[in-house]
Amino acid sequence: MLLWAAQRVSAMVLALCVAVHLVTIVYATQGGLSAAEILGRTRGNAAWLAFYSVFVLAVAIHAPIGLRAVLGEWLGWRGWGREVLLVLFSIFLFATGMRAVLAVFR
Amino acid sequence: MQEFEVPRHPSQTVLDVVTHIQRHLDPTLAYRFACRVGMCGSCAMTVNGVPRWTCRTHVDKVIRNDRMEISPLKNLPVIRDLVTDMREFFDKWHRAKGEFNGAKSRQDDFENVVPQSENRKMVDAGIECIGCGVCYAACDVVAWNPDYLGPAALNRAWTLVKDVRDEKTLERLRAVAGDAGCHSCHTHMSCTERCPKHISPTAGIAGLKRETLKALF
Repeated sequence: MLLWAAQRVSAMVLALCVAVHLVTIVYATQGGLSAAEILGRTRGNAAWLAFYSVFVLAVAIHAPIGLRAVLGEWLGWRGWGREVLLVLFSIFLFATGMRAVLAVFR
Repeated sequence: MQEFEVPRHPSQTVLDVVTHIQRHLDPTLAYRFACRVGMCGSCAMTVNGVPRWTCRTHVDKVIRNDRMEISPLKNLPVIRDLVTDMREFFDKWHRAKGEFNGAKSRQDDFENVVPQSENRKMVDAGIECIGCGVCYAACDVVAWNPDYLGPAALNRAWTLVKDVRDEKTLERLRAVAGDAGCHSCHTHMSCTERCPKHISPTAGIAGLKRETLKALF
């Protein structure tokens, strides 16, 4: 139940985040910004840090819950081993995501 | 899989075909039926891959190249030929707390239920289920997750959750939440597509998701 609610809420957050993310990418590349110029705008920008931190958190919540259903329904894997793997997967998503976010912030 | 040649007749139903086979071609054929007019829900089978009431399905509607494949309902253990064991299907109604639990006795006055009230309209939309198992056989989630309560049991729980006379709402919501309950529904809507009574268990399941969430606060 709580997992279901968490997945729905994270999906709402992701819908907004993905839209903003894609529009930003298209805008940044169409405008001919160089990598250095992009970094110049993201470094030290708390708003971008906050936005992408929320994005990463939503991914780390949303993806493992979806994968949980896939593992259960397609592979019939429902034991505690599945839950452990998914917690590790969530931590992996969050860690690698935040690493990227911090890399363009610092 | 056995093959039989059956003569065609006007307005012939799939149940007529099965009955012809049993009476004239293979007396050992086991199948289940009772009313033959779409009231009892016992003659459901898989016809050309689709779960249907055989008594209410005209051969004209489903036959392809003069051939028709009839098999037992999916997602249920087969007892013999076209007969399935429906124990698990009905046990799940029980697990979903599908029994009415009123607080009043026969000494009390009748509850005044307004037919036009929002709650009652929602109950009415799902109340005509006769437990034929067509939705259960059509459901992908039941096929993938044998513990899943299924559309019929959840629809039953929904009609009781919305029944103002029932006192066990919280217990019922607890019973239908989680991996075996409404939260596993992927909204494929096969149950709604196939229900011969044109009930939408999907709508009831969505309602249960909302009610369980509301019950948290």
